[in-house]
Amino acid sequence: MKYVDEYRDADLARKTAAEIQRVVTRAKKDGRVSEDRPWTIMEICGGQTHAIMHFGIDQLLPLEIELVHGPGCPVCVTPLEQIDKALAIASRPDVIFTSYGDMLRVPGSGRDLFTVRAAGGDVRVVYSPLDALKIAQNNPDKQVVFFAIGFETTAPANAMSVVQAKALGLTNFSILVSHVRVPPAMHAILGSPTNRVQSFLAAGHVCAVMGYWEYPEIAEQYHAPMVVTGFEPLDILQGVLQTVQQLEAGEAEVSNAYQRAVTFEGNKPAQAVIERVFQECDRKWRGIGTIPLSGWCLRPEFAEFDAENRFDVEAIQPEESPLCIAGLVLQGLKKPDECPAFGKECTPEHPLGATMVSGEGACAAYYRYKRDAVL
Amino acid sequence: MCLGVPGKVIEIYDTEGLKMGKIDFGGVVREACLAYVPEIEVGDYTVIHVGFAISQLSEDEAQATLEILNELADLQEEFGPEPGADPGQTLPST
Repeated sequence: MKYVDEYRDADLARKTAAEIQRVVTRAKKDGRVSEDRPWTIMEICGGQTHAIMHFGIDQLLPLEIELVHGPGCPVCVTPLEQIDKALAIASRPDVIFTSYGDMLRVPGSGRDLFTVRAAGGDVRVVYSPLDALKIAQNNPDKQVVFFAIGFETTAPANAMSVVQAKALGLTNFSILVSHVRVPPAMHAILGSPTNRVQSFLAAGHVCAVMGYWEYPEIAEQYHAPMVVTGFEPLDILQGVLQTVQQLEAGEAEVSNAYQRAVTFEGNKPAQAVIERVFQECDRKWRGIGTIPLSGWCLRPEFAEFDAENRFDVEAIQPEESPLCIAGLVLQGLKKPDECPAFGKECTPEHPLGATMVSGEGACAAYYRYKRDAVL
Repeated sequence: MCLGVPGKVIEIYDTEGLKMGKIDFGGVVREACLAYVPEIEVGDYTVIHVGFAISQLSEDEAQATLEILNELADLQEEFGPEPGADPGQTLPST
C-alpha cells in the first residue's frame, strides 16, 4: 500500500540503523561499549511502542540507545474514576453506551464494560463517534452516551460529534469526556526528580492535528531534543537518527521526521473545532496522578452534552489492583517485564492494569512480541 | 488509537452538512469525515483516524524523506561502516 510499503524497506532500515550506529560516539571508547548511561529516548506514543516491538527496531539499535516507552496510550491513562463512571452509566437500562473497542476490557474497580454487557447492558463498539451519533438518531427513546477518551488525535472527531449533535438538535446524545494532552505530560516527565528521559520522539499523529509549535519552549526549558516521528519502521529509525544526532551535538531543537503528514502549524480547521468545544482542565492520569491543565473538558456552551451532568455518577471510590505497576511503566521508570505479575497474574486475557489490555499498552506489546524471552 | 491509516480518497459527498468521503485503504473501502481537510480532492491521500481525515499527505515530502534515506544508504555503500562498529546488527527473523 502506498505510503506504507516504501517505509518498510528492510535494506534501507538496516542502512539507517548502521548510520545511527555510526553517529553514536559513546560506543567508541577503547572500542568497547561505554559503561555510561545510554542515550534514553522516550517514544511518547503507544502505537510507536507496538511498531518498535513488532518490527524489532529496538534490536536493530546500538546498545548505547535505550528506547523508553511513554504514556501515550489513551486507554491506559484514562483514570479509574472515569471508567467506573462509564460502568455506572452503561449499566442503566435507558442507556446505549458506545465506545472505542479498546475500552471494553479495561478493568475498572472489579469489572469492565464486557461484564456490564454480559449482565444485559447495551454496550456497543463504534469505530467513529459519528457512528454513535447515528445510533442516537436511530434510537430516540434511548440515551446514547459516547466514551470520549484519547489524546489530541481523537479530539477533532470527539469534538465534531457534539458540534453535529447540537446542529441536529439531538437531545439524547452525550459524551463522557476523558481527554488528555501531550505537552503537559512532557513537562511532568522531564520535570520529575526521578526523570531519566533525555529526548522525545514526538507522536506523529498528535502533531498532525496540533502541529509542533507548542514544543520548542519545552525542548529549550529542559534541554531535551524532540523529533516528530511517524509509525512505519523507516519513520521511527529516521526519528531516532535525528534525535541521536542532536544528543551527540548537545542540541535541543524540535525537528520533523514525518514531513509528509505533519506541518509546524498542524491542522488549523481541527484545532479551531477543538478550541470551540473544549477548554483546558486538570486531569488525573491513571497510575500517574493529576497533572495540572493536562486535559480537555467541554466548554459551558456544550455542558448539555456532558454525560457527567446528565447522569448522577459522582462520588465513586475506585480501587486499583495492588500488584499493578502500570504507573511506573507509563512514566518510563520501569519496563513491563520488571513487574512480578507480568505474564503470571496479569495477561491480556486477565489484565490487572490497562497497559496489558490496549493495542497501545506497553505491557501488551511486551507480552505479544517478546513472550518467548519471558515465559 | 493513534495509529492513523493512510488511504486514497475515491469519492467525496455531503452528509447532513458534513464533508464525507469514501477512502480506499489498499482495497478496503470505508467512509470517513473530510471536514478537517477542506482542500482535499479525489485521488489525494490522507491519514484517517477514528473515522476522520486528520492530515492530507504530501507526495513531495514523502518523496523527499525517501530520497534522504536513500542518499544516506548510498553513502554507507560507498564508505562502509566505521571501524569498530558492531557488524552483528541484522534484522530479526520474525
